[in-house]
Amino acid sequence: MAKITMTVNGRQVSGTCDDRTLLVHFIRENLGLTGTHVGCETSQCGACVIHMDGLSVKSCSILAVQAAGSSITTIEGLAKDGELHPVQAAFKAHHGLQCGFCTPGMVMTAVDMIARHGSNLDEATVRAELEGNICRCTGYHNIVKAILAAAGEMGGVRQAAE
Amino acid sequence: MYQTNYHRPSSVQEAVKLIGGAAEGKYLAGGMTLIATMKQRLAAPSDLVDLRHIAELKGITVNGRSVRIGAATTHHDVASSAELEAVCPAICALASHIGDPHVRHMGTIGGSIANNDPAADYPAAMLALDATIVTNSRQIAAADFFTGLFETALDDGEIITAITFDAPAKAAYQKFPNPASRYAMAGVFVARRDNGEVRVAVTGAGSNGVFRHQGMEAALAGNWSPDAVGNISVDASDLLTDLHASAAYRAKLIKVMTKRAVAAA
Repeated sequence: MAKITMTVNGRQVSGTCDDRTLLVHFIRENLGLTGTHVGCETSQCGACVIHMDGLSVKSCSILAVQAAGSSITTIEGLAKDGELHPVQAAFKAHHGLQCGFCTPGMVMTAVDMIARHGSNLDEATVRAELEGNICRCTGYHNIVKAILAAAGEMGGVRQAAE
Repeated sequence: MYQTNYHRPSSVQEAVKLIGGAAEGKYLAGGMTLIATMKQRLAAPSDLVDLRHIAELKGITVNGRSVRIGAATTHHDVASSAELEAVCPAICALASHIGDPHVRHMGTIGGSIANNDPAADYPAAMLALDATIVTNSRQIAAADFFTGLFETALDDGEIITAITFDAPAKAAYQKFPNPASRYAMAGVFVARRDNGEVRVAVTGAGSNGVFRHQGMEAALAGNWSPDAVGNISVDASDLLTDLHASAAYRAKLIKVMTKRAVAAA
């Protein structure tokens, strides 16, 4: 058993788990944050995507002990003061989801993508960057639309702030 | 997944000591293959020695045309290195097409090479770039390093610390990814030196792993153009046949990928 500490959504948390426990199970079962989903558990579907030290990773393919000491952001950490994150708002506005199972991973992927590419994102890049996230409802069109809209809006916000 | 014991060393020396004291220890780099293999119970190391927190294994240094990539450097860091892009954009492009963005944030060049998956991309680059695999105890030429499917020249407990190579005049990598897994069904890395020497390395297709194709190398050394390989025949007898493609199909793919790579270089 390992006793681990990490920062999750800005709060320091500790827990005890097997060395073999996957990060996604630690997040869901030890921390009770069930927004991060377990889809395929074979590193293909992307429903478990979270951010570790600012980069998107698949939490079903990382041990919780590997993440000890890191800073984690899950889908629960995006909305601030009851306001949806711009990417969450864009998914809602553009109907970027139907059943919603893939949505936490899609949104975390989109936030990471926009952080790396800024408002320069184009459709081809968005589609290429969605390689690791599978959606079986939407056919991706509205997900791509939502990400492009959010990238534009967030870029605009950043420019306005400068 | 079976039980295992996790260790986090902060130096190569400490990592080697930890693995020496383990019953059946394994080094854990990004874990993008190892953790998946453990989940399927196809691997059950008694101990995992995490290499992700060893500073000396990280980073990219470019000195003139001489390149050094630390073994624990992620695919993302290789893909987005401006220094590397300036001298060898082919390896950045290769890294940018491994797996998906999330896998690239974890997976490392050293892990990929040590695993030597017959469909992995980096082994082709190492052979074509005539790279040197630097370990904690010696330097191994890429030509001597990849010894078979998932087999390398590494001894038990030996750690890859870095990869070094001289950037070629021209290079490119093209792969035909399996539509489902996105692993290369055939991937070809071509490199041309200032002195006209050409190397063509093929991954994803050989039944014994990555290999060089001397026939195409000779043709391209004489005439560096996609048409030069038009009349070269690729022998299918040593190529893989599986549910995704026959050896004959892979032989055709190798030629097409070589042409595309030369055109892109």
